[in-house]
Amino acid sequence: MAADPILEISGLTKHFGAVRAADDLTFSVERGQIHALIGPNGAGKSTAIGQLSGEIRPDGGRISFDGRDITHMPTYRRARKGLQRSYQITSLFPDFTAEDNVAMAIQAQQGHSFRFWTRARTDETLREPARAVLKRVGMEDKADLKVTELAHGEQRQLELAMTLANAPSMLLLDEPMAGMGRRETQGMMEILRPLKGEVTVLLVEHDMDVVFALADVISVLVKGSVLMTGTPDAVRDDAEVRRAYLGDD
Amino acid sequence: MITRKNLVHGIGLLIMAVLPLAAEAAGEPFLTTVASRVLIYALVAVSLDLILGFGAMVSFGHGAFFGIGAYVVGILTHHSYEATAIAFLPGDWTGTTAALIQWPMAMLVAGVFALIIGAMCLRTTGVYFIMITLAFAQMLYFFMTSLPTYGGQDGLNLWERSTLPFLDMYDDTQFYYVTCALLVAFMAFARRLVRSRFGMVLRGCKQNETRMAALGFPVYRYKLAAFVIAGMGAGLAGALAANHTEFVGPGLMHWTRSGEIMIMVILGGMGTIFGPVLGAATLLMMEETLSGFTEHWMVFLGPFLVFVVLFARRGLYGWLVGTEADDGG
Repeated sequence: MAADPILEISGLTKHFGAVRAADDLTFSVERGQIHALIGPNGAGKSTAIGQLSGEIRPDGGRISFDGRDITHMPTYRRARKGLQRSYQITSLFPDFTAEDNVAMAIQAQQGHSFRFWTRARTDETLREPARAVLKRVGMEDKADLKVTELAHGEQRQLELAMTLANAPSMLLLDEPMAGMGRRETQGMMEILRPLKGEVTVLLVEHDMDVVFALADVISVLVKGSVLMTGTPDAVRDDAEVRRAYLGDD
Repeated sequence: MITRKNLVHGIGLLIMAVLPLAAEAAGEPFLTTVASRVLIYALVAVSLDLILGFGAMVSFGHGAFFGIGAYVVGILTHHSYEATAIAFLPGDWTGTTAALIQWPMAMLVAGVFALIIGAMCLRTTGVYFIMITLAFAQMLYFFMTSLPTYGGQDGLNLWERSTLPFLDMYDDTQFYYVTCALLVAFMAFARRLVRSRFGMVLRGCKQNETRMAALGFPVYRYKLAAFVIAGMGAGLAGALAANHTEFVGPGLMHWTRSGEIMIMVILGGMGTIFGPVLGAATLLMMEETLSGFTEHWMVFLGPFLVFVVLFARRGLYGWLVGTEADDGG
Protein backbone atom coordinates (compact mmCIF):
# COMPACT_ATOMS: atom_id res chain seq x y z
CA MET A 1 0.00 0.00 0.00
CA ALA A 2 1.64 3.19 -1.18
CA ALA A 3 1.40 5.85 1.50
CA ASP A 4 -0.54 8.75 0.00
CA PRO A 5 -2.55 10.26 2.82
CA ILE A 6 -5.23 12.79 1.83
CA LEU A 7 -5.98 13.64 5.45
CA GLU A 8 -3.47 13.82 8.28
CA ILE A 9 -4.44 14.53 11.85
CA SER A 10 -1.76 15.02 14.45
CA GLY A 11 -1.97 15.74 18.15
CA LEU A 12 -5.55 16.96 18.03
CA THR A 13 -6.95 17.84 21.46
CA LYS A 14 -10.37 19.04 22.53
CA HIS A 15 -11.73 19.29 26.03
CA PHE A 16 -15.31 19.87 27.07
CA GLY A 17 -14.83 20.73 30.72
CA ALA A 18 -13.22 17.65 32.24
CA VAL A 19 -14.14 15.43 29.30
CA ARG A 20 -11.37 14.74 26.84
CA ALA A 21 -13.20 14.37 23.55
CA ALA A 22 -9.92 14.37 21.64
CA ASP A 23 -6.70 13.54 23.46
CA ASP A 24 -3.62 13.73 21.26
CA LEU A 25 -5.68 12.25 18.42
CA THR A 26 -3.36 11.21 15.60
CA PHE A 27 -4.12 9.22 12.47
CA SER A 28 -4.17 9.60 8.71
CA VAL A 29 -6.50 8.52 5.95
CA GLU A 30 -5.15 7.12 2.68
CA ARG A 31 -6.49 8.47 -0.59
CA GLY A 32 -9.28 6.36 -2.07
CA GLN A 33 -9.86 4.21 0.98
CA ILE A 34 -12.86 3.75 3.20
CA HIS A 35 -11.49 4.35 6.65
CA ALA A 36 -13.83 3.47 9.51
CA LEU A 37 -13.73 5.06 12.93
CA ILE A 38 -15.25 2.88 15.62
CA GLY A 39 -15.34 3.04 19.38
CA PRO A 40 -17.68 3.02 22.37
CA ASN A 41 -20.13 5.86 23.00
CA GLY A 42 -18.33 8.97 24.11
CA ALA A 43 -15.05 7.94 22.50
CA GLY A 44 -15.02 11.21 20.56
CA LYS A 45 -16.02 10.02 17.09
CA SER A 46 -18.54 12.77 16.33
CA THR A 47 -16.23 15.36 17.89
CA ALA A 48 -13.50 14.19 15.54
CA ILE A 49 -15.83 14.64 12.54
CA GLY A 50 -16.86 18.07 13.82
CA GLN A 51 -13.24 19.17 14.08
CA LEU A 52 -12.42 17.87 10.62
CA SER A 53 -15.40 19.71 9.10
CA GLY A 54 -14.51 22.87 10.99
CA GLU A 55 -17.65 23.14 13.10
CA ILE A 56 -15.76 22.41 16.31
CA ARG A 57 -12.58 24.37 16.99
CA PRO A 58 -9.82 22.15 18.36
CA ASP A 59 -7.84 23.25 21.43
CA GLY A 60 -4.61 22.11 19.84
CA GLY A 61 -3.09 19.96 17.13
CA ARG A 62 -3.03 20.10 13.37
CA ILE A 63 -5.23 18.90 10.54
CA SER A 64 -3.96 18.83 7.00
CA PHE A 65 -6.06 18.00 3.96
CA ASP A 66 -4.59 17.39 0.54
CA GLY A 67 -1.22 18.70 1.75
CA ARG A 68 -2.64 21.94 3.11
CA ASP A 69 -3.08 22.98 6.75
CA ILE A 70 -6.81 23.43 7.32
CA THR A 71 -6.79 23.56 11.13
CA HIS A 72 -8.18 27.09 11.21
CA MET A 73 -10.01 27.14 7.90
CA PRO A 74 -13.74 27.97 8.16
CA THR A 75 -16.24 25.23 7.42
CA TYR A 76 -17.48 26.61 4.10
CA ARG A 77 -13.98 26.77 2.64
CA ARG A 78 -13.23 23.18 3.63
CA ALA A 79 -16.46 22.19 1.90
CA ARG A 80 -15.36 24.06 -1.23
CA LYS A 81 -12.06 22.19 -1.18
CA GLY A 82 -14.00 18.96 -1.51
CA LEU A 83 -14.30 17.90 2.12
CA GLN A 84 -18.00 17.18 2.64
CA ARG A 85 -19.76 15.84 5.71
CA SER A 86 -23.05 14.20 6.58
CA TYR A 87 -24.80 14.36 9.92
CA GLN A 88 -25.74 11.68 12.41
CA ILE A 89 -28.96 13.53 13.17
CA THR A 90 -30.51 14.25 9.77
CA SER A 91 -29.76 17.85 8.84
CA LEU A 92 -31.78 18.96 5.83
CA PHE A 93 -33.90 21.90 4.68
CA PRO A 94 -37.32 20.80 5.91
CA ASP A 95 -39.43 23.33 3.95
CA PHE A 96 -37.80 22.34 0.69
CA THR A 97 -38.38 19.38 -1.59
CA ALA A 98 -35.81 16.62 -2.01
CA GLU A 99 -34.71 18.15 -5.31
CA ASP A 100 -34.42 21.62 -3.74
CA ASN A 101 -32.15 20.16 -1.08
CA VAL A 102 -29.75 18.61 -3.58
CA ALA A 103 -29.94 21.69 -5.82
CA MET A 104 -28.79 23.73 -2.84
CA ALA A 105 -25.73 21.51 -2.52
CA ILE A 106 -25.02 21.93 -6.25
CA GLN A 107 -25.45 25.69 -6.01
CA ALA A 108 -22.91 25.84 -3.19
CA GLN A 109 -20.16 24.80 -5.57
CA GLN A 110 -21.17 26.82 -8.63
CA GLY A 111 -19.35 30.01 -7.73
CA HIS A 112 -20.98 32.77 -5.70
CA SER A 113 -24.71 33.08 -5.23
CA PHE A 114 -24.96 36.87 -5.49
CA ARG A 115 -27.39 36.38 -8.32
CA PHE A 116 -30.58 38.22 -7.67
CA TRP A 117 -32.64 37.96 -10.81
CA THR A 118 -33.08 34.54 -12.40
CA ARG A 119 -35.38 32.13 -10.66
CA ALA A 120 -33.38 29.30 -9.08
CA ARG A 121 -36.09 26.63 -9.16
CA THR A 122 -36.31 26.64 -12.93
CA ASP A 123 -32.56 26.90 -13.49
CA GLU A 124 -31.62 23.69 -15.28
CA THR A 125 -27.93 24.12 -14.47
CA LEU A 126 -28.98 23.37 -10.88
CA ARG A 127 -31.95 21.10 -11.35
CA GLU A 128 -30.54 18.72 -13.94
CA PRO A 129 -27.49 17.69 -11.86
CA ALA A 130 -29.71 17.56 -8.76
CA ARG A 131 -31.99 15.04 -10.44
CA ALA A 132 -28.99 13.01 -11.52
CA VAL A 133 -27.77 12.77 -7.94
CA LEU A 134 -31.22 11.77 -6.70
CA LYS A 135 -31.27 9.04 -9.34
CA ARG A 136 -27.92 7.80 -8.14
CA VAL A 137 -29.30 7.21 -4.64
CA GLY A 138 -32.52 5.73 -6.02
CA MET A 139 -34.79 8.64 -5.14
CA GLU A 140 -35.70 10.01 -8.57
CA ASP A 141 -39.40 9.40 -7.94
CA LYS A 142 -39.28 11.35 -4.65
CA ALA A 143 -37.82 14.53 -6.14
CA ASP A 144 -40.91 16.68 -5.61
CA LEU A 145 -41.71 15.48 -2.10
CA LYS A 146 -41.00 17.79 0.78
CA VAL A 147 -38.45 16.58 3.31
CA THR A 148 -41.20 16.28 5.92
CA GLU A 149 -43.06 13.88 3.63
CA LEU A 150 -40.10 11.50 3.30
CA ALA A 151 -39.66 8.36 5.39
CA HIS A 152 -36.74 8.26 7.80
CA GLY A 153 -34.69 6.01 5.55
CA GLU A 154 -35.29 8.31 2.59
CA GLN A 155 -34.19 11.30 4.61
CA ARG A 156 -30.97 9.45 5.41
CA GLN A 157 -30.47 8.76 1.69
CA LEU A 158 -31.06 12.43 0.92
CA GLU A 159 -28.58 13.37 3.62
CA LEU A 160 -26.00 11.28 1.79
CA ALA A 161 -27.07 12.54 -1.62
CA MET A 162 -26.27 16.11 -0.57
CA THR A 163 -22.72 15.19 0.35
CA LEU A 164 -22.28 13.34 -2.95
CA ALA A 165 -23.72 16.14 -5.06
CA ASN A 166 -20.46 17.85 -5.92
CA ALA A 167 -18.05 15.01 -6.59
CA PRO A 168 -16.26 15.60 -3.27
CA SER A 169 -12.72 14.31 -2.85
CA MET A 170 -13.45 13.18 0.69
CA LEU A 171 -16.57 12.36 2.68
CA LEU A 172 -16.98 12.49 6.44
CA LEU A 173 -19.95 10.23 7.14
CA ASP A 174 -21.29 10.42 10.67
CA GLU A 175 -23.34 7.25 11.20
CA PRO A 176 -25.05 7.16 7.82
CA MET A 177 -27.10 4.12 8.89
CA ALA A 178 -28.40 5.68 12.10
CA GLY A 179 -31.94 4.50 12.84
CA MET A 180 -32.26 2.43 9.66
CA GLY A 181 -33.77 -1.03 9.31
CA ARG A 182 -32.00 -4.05 7.77
CA ARG A 183 -33.29 -3.50 4.27
CA GLU A 184 -32.61 0.22 4.27
CA THR A 185 -29.09 -0.46 5.53
CA GLN A 186 -28.56 -2.86 2.62
CA GLY A 187 -29.76 -0.18 0.21
CA MET A 188 -27.36 2.35 1.70
CA MET A 189 -24.47 -0.13 1.38
CA GLU A 190 -25.24 -0.44 -2.31
CA ILE A 191 -24.83 3.31 -2.62
CA LEU A 192 -21.61 3.44 -0.63
CA ARG A 193 -19.84 0.43 -2.10
CA PRO A 194 -19.23 1.89 -5.57
CA LEU A 195 -17.52 4.86 -3.92
CA LYS A 196 -14.61 2.63 -3.03
CA GLY A 197 -11.54 3.83 -4.86
CA GLU A 198 -13.38 6.87 -6.20
CA VAL A 199 -13.86 8.91 -3.06
CA THR A 200 -12.01 8.79 0.22
CA VAL A 201 -14.39 8.13 3.07
CA LEU A 202 -14.03 8.53 6.81
CA LEU A 203 -16.90 6.49 8.17
CA VAL A 204 -18.21 6.62 11.73
CA GLU A 205 -20.65 3.76 12.19
CA HIS A 206 -22.06 1.64 15.01
CA ASP A 207 -23.27 -1.20 12.82
CA MET A 208 -20.26 -3.55 12.83
CA ASP A 209 -21.55 -5.61 9.90
CA VAL A 210 -21.47 -2.46 7.81
CA VAL A 211 -18.03 -1.48 9.03
CA PHE A 212 -16.46 -4.88 8.37
CA ALA A 213 -18.14 -5.13 4.97
CA LEU A 214 -17.08 -1.71 3.69
CA ALA A 215 -13.92 -0.58 5.43
CA ASP A 216 -10.39 -0.97 4.07
CA VAL A 217 -8.89 0.27 7.33
CA ILE A 218 -10.35 0.61 10.81
CA SER A 219 -9.22 2.88 13.62
CA VAL A 220 -10.47 2.14 17.11
CA LEU A 221 -11.07 5.23 19.19
CA VAL A 222 -11.16 5.10 22.98
CA LYS A 223 -11.35 8.18 25.22
CA GLY A 224 -10.34 10.56 22.49
CA SER A 225 -7.30 8.76 21.13
CA VAL A 226 -6.60 5.94 18.71
CA LEU A 227 -6.18 2.58 20.39
CA MET A 228 -5.17 0.83 17.18
CA THR A 229 -5.42 1.07 13.43
CA GLY A 230 -5.47 -1.93 11.12
CA THR A 231 -7.29 -4.00 8.54
CA PRO A 232 -10.73 -5.32 9.49
CA ASP A 233 -9.21 -8.78 10.16
CA ALA A 234 -6.49 -7.40 12.38
CA VAL A 235 -8.97 -5.31 14.38
CA ARG A 236 -11.35 -8.23 14.74
CA ASP A 237 -8.57 -10.43 16.12
CA ASP A 238 -7.02 -7.87 18.47
CA ALA A 239 -7.47 -8.84 22.10
CA GLU A 240 -7.27 -5.29 23.42
CA VAL A 241 -9.95 -4.08 21.04
CA ARG A 242 -12.19 -6.92 22.06
CA ARG A 243 -11.77 -5.96 25.68
CA ALA A 244 -12.36 -2.26 25.06
CA TYR A 245 -15.17 -2.43 22.64
CA LEU A 246 -16.33 -5.50 20.85
CA GLY A 247 -17.02 -7.59 23.96
CA ASP A 248 -15.35 -10.81 25.03
CA ASP A 249 -17.77 -13.31 23.54
CA MET B 1 -54.35 30.63 -13.83
CA ILE B 2 -56.95 31.49 -11.19
CA THR B 3 -55.82 30.16 -7.86
CA ARG B 4 -56.77 31.37 -4.41
CA LYS B 5 -53.39 33.06 -4.15
CA ASN B 6 -53.67 34.91 -7.46
CA LEU B 7 -57.20 35.95 -6.56
CA VAL B 8 -56.05 37.46 -3.25
CA HIS B 9 -53.14 39.20 -4.95
CA GLY B 10 -55.36 40.51 -7.74
CA ILE B 11 -58.01 41.87 -5.38
CA GLY B 12 -55.34 43.41 -3.18
CA LEU B 13 -53.69 45.20 -6.09
CA LEU B 14 -57.08 46.31 -7.42
CA ILE B 15 -57.99 47.87 -4.06
CA MET B 16 -54.66 49.65 -4.00
CA ALA B 17 -55.18 50.91 -7.55
CA VAL B 18 -58.68 52.34 -7.15
CA LEU B 19 -58.60 53.50 -3.52
CA PRO B 20 -58.18 57.26 -4.10
CA LEU B 21 -60.93 57.20 -6.71
CA ALA B 22 -63.23 55.34 -4.33
CA ALA B 23 -62.39 57.72 -1.50
CA GLU B 24 -63.18 60.66 -3.74
CA ALA B 25 -66.46 59.11 -4.88
CA ALA B 26 -67.45 58.37 -1.28
CA GLY B 27 -66.79 61.95 -0.32
CA GLU B 28 -64.02 61.00 2.13
CA PRO B 29 -60.89 62.24 0.34
CA PHE B 30 -58.83 62.24 3.57
CA LEU B 31 -58.88 58.43 3.32
CA THR B 32 -56.30 58.76 0.56
CA THR B 33 -53.87 60.32 3.02
CA VAL B 34 -54.56 57.55 5.52
CA ALA B 35 -53.98 54.97 2.80
CA SER B 36 -50.67 56.60 1.85
CA ARG B 37 -49.53 56.15 5.43
CA VAL B 38 -50.54 52.49 5.29
CA LEU B 39 -48.52 51.96 2.11
CA ILE B 40 -45.44 53.64 3.57
CA TYR B 41 -45.55 51.33 6.57
CA ALA B 42 -46.27 48.43 4.26
CA LEU B 43 -43.04 49.24 2.43
CA VAL B 44 -40.94 49.19 5.58
CA ALA B 45 -42.71 46.00 6.73
CA VAL B 46 -42.03 44.24 3.42
CA SER B 47 -38.37 45.20 3.72
CA LEU B 48 -38.25 43.70 7.23
CA ASP B 49 -39.98 40.57 5.93
CA LEU B 50 -37.01 39.96 3.62
CA ILE B 51 -34.72 39.34 6.58
CA LEU B 52 -37.24 38.33 9.26
CA GLY B 53 -39.48 36.10 7.20
CA PHE B 54 -37.02 34.71 4.69
CA GLY B 55 -33.75 34.83 6.61
CA ALA B 56 -34.95 34.33 10.21
CA MET B 57 -33.01 37.45 11.24
CA VAL B 58 -35.17 38.88 14.00
CA SER B 59 -34.06 42.48 13.75
CA PHE B 60 -35.58 44.59 16.51
CA GLY B 61 -33.96 47.74 15.17
CA HIS B 62 -35.48 48.12 11.73
CA GLY B 63 -36.93 51.48 12.75
CA ALA B 64 -33.38 52.85 12.75
CA PHE B 65 -33.12 52.60 8.95
CA PHE B 66 -36.63 53.97 8.56
CA GLY B 67 -35.59 56.96 10.66
CA ILE B 68 -32.30 57.42 8.82
CA GLY B 69 -34.14 57.60 5.50
CA ALA B 70 -36.48 60.21 6.93
CA TYR B 71 -33.62 62.25 8.41
CA VAL B 72 -31.73 62.28 5.10
CA VAL B 73 -34.75 63.95 3.48
CA GLY B 74 -35.25 66.19 6.50
CA ILE B 75 -31.65 67.37 6.64
CA LEU B 76 -31.30 67.96 2.89
CA THR B 77 -34.52 69.95 2.85
CA HIS B 78 -33.55 71.88 5.96
CA HIS B 79 -30.28 73.09 4.41
CA SER B 80 -31.91 73.75 1.07
CA TYR B 81 -34.54 75.91 2.77
CA GLU B 82 -32.06 77.83 4.91
CA ALA B 83 -29.47 77.91 2.11
CA THR B 84 -26.77 76.82 4.53
CA ALA B 85 -23.96 74.37 3.78
CA ILE B 86 -24.17 70.88 5.22
CA ALA B 87 -21.49 71.10 7.90
CA PHE B 88 -20.47 67.46 8.05
CA LEU B 89 -20.01 67.13 4.30
CA PRO B 90 -17.00 68.54 2.45
CA GLY B 91 -17.68 71.45 0.14
CA ASP B 92 -20.55 73.88 0.50
CA TRP B 93 -23.49 71.87 -0.81
CA THR B 94 -26.69 73.34 0.53
CA GLY B 95 -28.83 70.27 0.07
CA THR B 96 -31.71 69.84 -2.33
CA THR B 97 -35.41 69.12 -2.43
CA ALA B 98 -35.25 67.01 -5.59
CA ALA B 99 -36.71 63.59 -4.81
CA LEU B 100 -34.54 61.96 -7.46
CA ILE B 101 -31.50 62.92 -5.39
CA GLN B 102 -33.03 62.80 -1.90
CA TRP B 103 -34.63 59.38 -2.09
CA PRO B 104 -31.70 57.44 -3.57
CA MET B 105 -29.52 59.17 -0.97
CA ALA B 106 -31.90 58.09 1.78
CA MET B 107 -31.56 54.50 0.55
CA LEU B 108 -27.80 54.79 0.22
CA VAL B 109 -27.22 56.22 3.68
CA ALA B 110 -29.61 53.71 5.27
CA GLY B 111 -27.74 50.98 3.38
CA VAL B 112 -24.36 52.15 4.65
CA PHE B 113 -25.65 52.18 8.22
CA ALA B 114 -27.17 48.73 7.70
CA LEU B 115 -23.80 47.51 6.45
CA ILE B 116 -21.97 48.77 9.52
CA ILE B 117 -24.61 47.74 12.06
CA GLY B 118 -25.30 44.42 10.32
CA ALA B 119 -21.61 43.58 10.11
CA MET B 120 -21.46 43.67 13.90
CA CYS B 121 -24.90 42.27 14.75
CA LEU B 122 -24.65 39.29 12.42
CA ARG B 123 -21.72 37.95 14.41
CA THR B 124 -24.36 36.96 16.93
CA THR B 125 -27.51 34.87 16.64
CA GLY B 126 -30.78 34.29 18.46
CA VAL B 127 -31.65 36.48 21.42
CA TYR B 128 -28.30 38.24 21.23
CA PHE B 129 -29.05 39.34 17.70
CA ILE B 130 -32.44 40.71 18.76
CA MET B 131 -30.92 42.63 21.65
CA ILE B 132 -27.96 44.07 19.77
CA THR B 133 -30.06 45.31 16.84
CA LEU B 134 -32.34 46.92 19.42
CA ALA B 135 -29.34 48.49 21.13
CA PHE B 136 -27.98 50.02 17.91
CA ALA B 137 -31.37 51.47 17.03
CA GLN B 138 -31.69 53.01 20.49
CA MET B 139 -28.20 54.45 20.16
CA LEU B 140 -29.23 56.24 16.97
CA TYR B 141 -32.45 57.35 18.64
CA PHE B 142 -30.57 58.96 21.52
CA PHE B 143 -28.00 60.41 19.15
CA MET B 144 -30.67 62.24 17.15
CA THR B 145 -32.45 63.23 20.37
CA SER B 146 -29.32 65.02 21.55
CA LEU B 147 -28.41 66.66 18.25
CA PRO B 148 -29.76 70.23 18.50
CA THR B 149 -28.65 71.16 14.96
CA TYR B 150 -31.46 69.01 13.59
CA GLY B 151 -34.09 69.68 16.19
CA GLY B 152 -32.99 67.22 18.84
CA GLN B 153 -35.96 65.89 20.72
CA ASP B 154 -38.37 68.25 18.95
CA GLY B 155 -37.51 66.96 15.53
CA LEU B 156 -37.37 68.87 12.31
CA ASN B 157 -40.18 70.39 10.28
CA LEU B 158 -40.03 69.66 6.60
CA TRP B 159 -40.60 73.10 5.08
CA GLU B 160 -41.08 71.69 1.63
CA ARG B 161 -41.95 68.25 0.32
CA SER B 162 -39.57 66.53 -2.10
CA THR B 163 -40.05 67.65 -5.65
CA LEU B 164 -40.58 65.29 -8.56
CA PRO B 165 -40.61 66.28 -12.23
CA PHE B 166 -44.16 66.43 -13.70
CA LEU B 167 -45.75 65.50 -10.37
CA ASP B 168 -47.17 67.52 -7.53
CA MET B 169 -46.31 65.90 -4.20
CA TYR B 170 -48.76 68.21 -2.44
CA ASP B 171 -51.60 66.58 -4.33
CA ASP B 172 -52.80 63.74 -2.07
CA THR B 173 -53.82 61.50 -4.94
CA GLN B 174 -50.52 61.93 -6.76
CA PHE B 175 -48.62 61.36 -3.53
CA TYR B 176 -50.60 58.18 -3.02
CA TYR B 177 -49.82 56.83 -6.47
CA VAL B 178 -46.12 57.61 -6.16
CA THR B 179 -46.05 55.70 -2.86
CA CYS B 180 -48.10 52.88 -4.35
CA ALA B 181 -45.81 52.55 -7.36
CA LEU B 182 -42.71 52.40 -5.18
CA LEU B 183 -44.30 49.78 -2.90
CA VAL B 184 -45.37 47.58 -5.80
CA ALA B 185 -41.94 47.94 -7.41
CA PHE B 186 -40.23 46.95 -4.17
CA MET B 187 -42.56 43.98 -3.73
CA ALA B 188 -41.86 42.82 -7.28
CA PHE B 189 -38.15 43.15 -6.58
CA ALA B 190 -38.51 41.26 -3.28
CA ARG B 191 -40.40 38.45 -4.98
CA ARG B 192 -37.75 38.17 -7.64
CA LEU B 193 -35.08 38.24 -4.97
CA VAL B 194 -36.44 35.44 -2.78
CA ARG B 195 -36.79 33.17 -5.80
CA SER B 196 -33.28 33.80 -7.07
CA ARG B 197 -30.15 31.90 -6.10
CA PHE B 198 -29.48 34.56 -3.53
CA GLY B 199 -32.96 34.11 -2.11
CA MET B 200 -32.56 30.34 -1.94
CA VAL B 201 -29.39 30.83 0.11
CA LEU B 202 -31.28 33.17 2.44
CA ARG B 203 -34.11 30.69 2.84
CA GLY B 204 -31.62 27.88 3.37
CA CYS B 205 -30.01 29.87 6.19
CA LYS B 206 -33.41 30.29 7.79
CA GLN B 207 -34.00 26.56 7.83
CA ASN B 208 -30.56 25.21 8.63
CA GLU B 209 -27.60 27.54 8.78
CA THR B 210 -25.17 24.87 9.95
CA ARG B 211 -25.88 22.78 6.90
CA MET B 212 -25.48 25.79 4.61
CA ALA B 213 -21.94 26.28 5.90
CA ALA B 214 -21.22 22.56 5.60
CA LEU B 215 -22.32 22.69 1.95
CA GLY B 216 -19.83 25.48 1.29
CA PHE B 217 -21.80 28.74 1.64
CA PRO B 218 -20.13 31.67 3.43
CA VAL B 219 -23.46 32.40 5.12
CA TYR B 220 -22.36 35.61 6.86
CA ARG B 221 -21.86 37.47 3.58
CA TYR B 222 -25.26 36.53 2.25
CA LYS B 223 -27.04 37.44 5.45
CA LEU B 224 -25.24 40.77 5.55
CA ALA B 225 -26.19 41.53 1.95
CA ALA B 226 -29.83 40.79 2.76
CA PHE B 227 -29.62 42.98 5.85
CA VAL B 228 -28.34 45.87 3.73
CA ILE B 229 -31.04 45.43 1.08
CA ALA B 230 -33.71 45.42 3.81
CA GLY B 231 -32.16 48.54 5.35
CA MET B 232 -32.30 50.31 1.99
CA GLY B 233 -35.98 49.45 1.60
CA ALA B 234 -36.65 50.88 5.04
CA GLY B 235 -34.67 54.00 4.10
CA LEU B 236 -36.90 54.60 1.09
CA ALA B 237 -40.00 54.17 3.26
CA GLY B 238 -38.51 56.67 5.71
CA ALA B 239 -38.01 59.20 2.92
CA LEU B 240 -41.68 58.87 2.03
CA ALA B 241 -42.74 59.06 5.68
CA ALA B 242 -40.89 62.36 6.09
CA ASN B 243 -42.82 63.75 3.14
CA HIS B 244 -46.11 62.36 4.35
CA THR B 245 -46.05 63.96 7.79
CA GLU B 246 -43.81 66.88 6.71
CA PHE B 247 -41.94 66.24 9.91
CA VAL B 248 -38.91 64.19 10.97
CA GLY B 249 -38.32 63.26 14.59
CA PRO B 250 -36.29 60.78 16.60
CA GLY B 251 -39.54 58.96 17.41
CA LEU B 252 -39.23 57.27 14.00
CA MET B 253 -36.24 55.37 15.37
CA HIS B 254 -37.65 54.55 18.78
CA TRP B 255 -37.77 50.87 19.66
CA THR B 256 -41.57 50.94 19.85
CA ARG B 257 -41.55 51.84 16.15
CA SER B 258 -39.34 48.85 15.38
CA GLY B 259 -41.75 46.76 17.42
CA GLU B 260 -44.74 48.02 15.42
CA ILE B 261 -43.03 47.17 12.15
CA MET B 262 -42.28 43.70 13.46
CA ILE B 263 -45.90 43.26 14.56
CA MET B 264 -47.05 44.20 11.06
CA VAL B 265 -44.91 41.46 9.56
CA ILE B 266 -45.97 38.81 12.07
CA LEU B 267 -49.64 39.77 11.93
CA GLY B 268 -49.72 39.79 8.15
CA GLY B 269 -47.61 36.66 7.67
CA MET B 270 -43.85 36.21 7.76
CA GLY B 271 -42.06 35.16 4.61
CA THR B 272 -44.93 36.03 2.28
CA ILE B 273 -44.09 39.55 0.93
CA PHE B 274 -47.83 40.26 0.53
CA GLY B 275 -48.62 39.52 4.16
CA PRO B 276 -46.80 42.52 5.67
CA VAL B 277 -48.96 44.84 3.53
CA LEU B 278 -52.04 43.25 5.08
CA GLY B 279 -50.40 43.49 8.48
CA ALA B 280 -49.62 47.18 8.06
CA ALA B 281 -53.17 47.89 6.88
CA THR B 282 -54.74 45.94 9.75
CA LEU B 283 -52.58 47.44 12.48
CA LEU B 284 -52.97 51.03 11.30
CA MET B 285 -56.71 50.60 10.73
CA MET B 286 -57.07 49.23 14.26
CA GLU B 287 -55.12 52.19 15.54
CA GLU B 288 -57.23 54.60 13.51
CA THR B 289 -60.58 53.22 14.66
CA LEU B 290 -59.86 51.98 18.18
CA SER B 291 -57.84 54.97 19.34
CA GLY B 292 -61.07 56.93 18.88
CA PHE B 293 -62.56 54.97 21.78
CA THR B 294 -59.56 54.74 24.07
CA GLU B 295 -55.94 55.72 24.05
CA HIS B 296 -55.19 52.24 25.42
CA TRP B 297 -56.23 50.68 22.11
CA MET B 298 -53.25 48.32 22.25
CA VAL B 299 -55.24 46.39 24.87
CA PHE B 300 -57.21 45.03 21.92
CA LEU B 301 -54.19 44.55 19.72
CA GLY B 302 -52.45 42.24 22.22
CA PRO B 303 -55.06 39.47 22.34
CA PHE B 304 -55.65 39.79 18.59
CA LEU B 305 -51.97 39.32 17.89
CA VAL B 306 -51.75 36.32 20.21
CA PHE B 307 -54.79 34.83 18.47
CA VAL B 308 -53.29 35.26 15.01
CA VAL B 309 -49.90 33.89 16.04
CA LEU B 310 -51.46 30.85 17.68
CA PHE B 311 -53.96 29.96 14.99
CA ALA B 312 -52.48 31.12 11.71
CA ARG B 313 -49.09 29.83 10.70
CA ARG B 314 -48.67 32.51 8.05
CA GLY B 315 -50.68 35.26 9.69
CA LEU B 316 -53.65 36.92 8.03
CA TYR B 317 -52.21 36.16 4.62
CA GLY B 318 -52.19 32.47 5.50
CA TRP B 319 -55.88 32.67 6.36
CA LEU B 320 -56.74 34.24 3.05
CA VAL B 321 -54.52 32.15 0.83
CA GLY B 322 -54.47 28.77 2.58
CA THR B 323 -51.74 26.23 1.92
CA GLU B 324 -50.44 28.10 -1.12
CA ALA B 325 -48.99 30.64 1.30
CA ASP B 326 -46.32 28.15 2.26
CA ASP B 327 -43.91 28.55 -0.59
CA GLY B 328 -42.03 31.52 -1.93
CA GLY B 329 -41.75 29.73 -5.31
